Amino acid sequence: MKDLTQLLSEQPIFSDLGNDMFALVAGCAHNEHFGVDEYLFRTGEPADRFFLVRRGLVALELVRTAGSRLIVDTVSTGEIAGLSWLVPPYRWNLDARAVEETSAVSIDASCLRRKCDDEPRVGYVLLQRVSSAMYQRMHAARVRMADVYGVPAND
Amino acid sequence: MTDTAAPTRTELARELGEPMLPRPYVVQQTKRETADTATLSLASLDGVPTPFAPGQFTVVGRPGWGEVPISISGDPAHPDHLEHTVRAVGDASRALVSARPGDTLLLRGPYGVGWDVADGVGGNVVIVAGGIGLAPLRPALLQILAHRPRYRRVFLVYGARAPHEMLFTRQLEHWRGRFDIEVAVTVDAATPEWRGHVGLVTSVLPRSYLDPDATLALVCGPEIMMRIAADALVTAGLRPDRVKVSLERSMKCGIGVCGHCQLRELFVCLDGPVFRYDRVAALMTAREL
Repeated sequence: MKDLTQLLSEQPIFSDLGNDMFALVAGCAHNEHFGVDEYLFRTGEPADRFFLVRRGLVALELVRTAGSRLIVDTVSTGEIAGLSWLVPPYRWNLDARAVEETSAVSIDASCLRRKCDDEPRVGYVLLQRVSSAMYQRMHAARVRMADVYGVPAND
Repeated sequence: MTDTAAPTRTELARELGEPMLPRPYVVQQTKRETADTATLSLASLDGVPTPFAPGQFTVVGRPGWGEVPISISGDPAHPDHLEHTVRAVGDASRALVSARPGDTLLLRGPYGVGWDVADGVGGNVVIVAGGIGLAPLRPALLQILAHRPRYRRVFLVYGARAPHEMLFTRQLEHWRGRFDIEVAVTVDAATPEWRGHVGLVTSVLPRSYLDPDATLALVCGPEIMMRIAADALVTAGLRPDRVKVSLERSMKCGIGVCGHCQLRELFVCLDGPVFRYDRVAALMTAREL
């Protein structure tokens, strides 16, 4: 059975991290499993952790009106579910629901933030990596605003 | 009166190579794909098959409604049974989408340079489609699947606005069930019943290729989608000359005479519509043409 350090090392965001950093992050990590339609987090709740999806598929849902939700993104193997833990006020602004059986490493956000405060070098490296994922997601959102599957002018 | 019937204008046109003369086709069947898109199955009235290469297009119109260039979406192994998948955008295409079995349409073509899937023989093939861009790629995929042992891994990546805007849904399910093709589908947004991916088409591209140099990618969709997908493929290691895109321009005559489709030194209807990405990448981001 793999230990948490091994599970973390398989995550693209933590690839090539030094052993000291692995140990530091692993100290804040837990292995979790979610059944189909089980929620990883919900809108408005404290963003006290985030998830590295090891296997499965997670839908990120925006609450449009009470009782009406829209899936605006999905997170799959090797990706991060949850970014609000990094930015005050540390509250989720989306729901995250497993649409398949999902295994993930969860990271205790306050634990990791505290360690990053104590070890700014570690914090900087982690922030660079999380920023890369944030940037990719922001760019994808901008591109989708351009209606990439829209109708070409040809009639 | 002789015992040999005089050739019809259509036969003469074919013999003389008169490319602007349309041939009449009858609508055999129509299938509604989405709210604004339908696939028409056509047969030529003279019974002569219409051989075509995947990626080629015809200029098709309903008498009295004008004509539009439409890529052929059917199986190249069945040239007697021509399929076109049409989205209703303007008057001419709306007239096509509303056509019924028995109606007569006029076709010119097939025209243009297609995908030439033989370029991928011996290697992997990645097909990336966005929206209605799956239609021009369907003949390429059908041809590849008809000769499946000639290729290594085959991927189909399809992006659409929403689940109800996806084309060929039954056939997509069939392809997903096959073990010799890897299918990934994503949409821009979906209601909670959707069990698949949501995100940009690049988010479901294969993350690694066995041999990037021996991988051919065929990309079709709106231009912005093709550019983003092609760039992602190149970033993943594919050579730009191994990525092909199908450009859409205002194609009128279909044979490079009228000049409407000119893209600097290229005539899209004649030199394309399928081009190697390294040949057109700069044109696709040019500020002015």
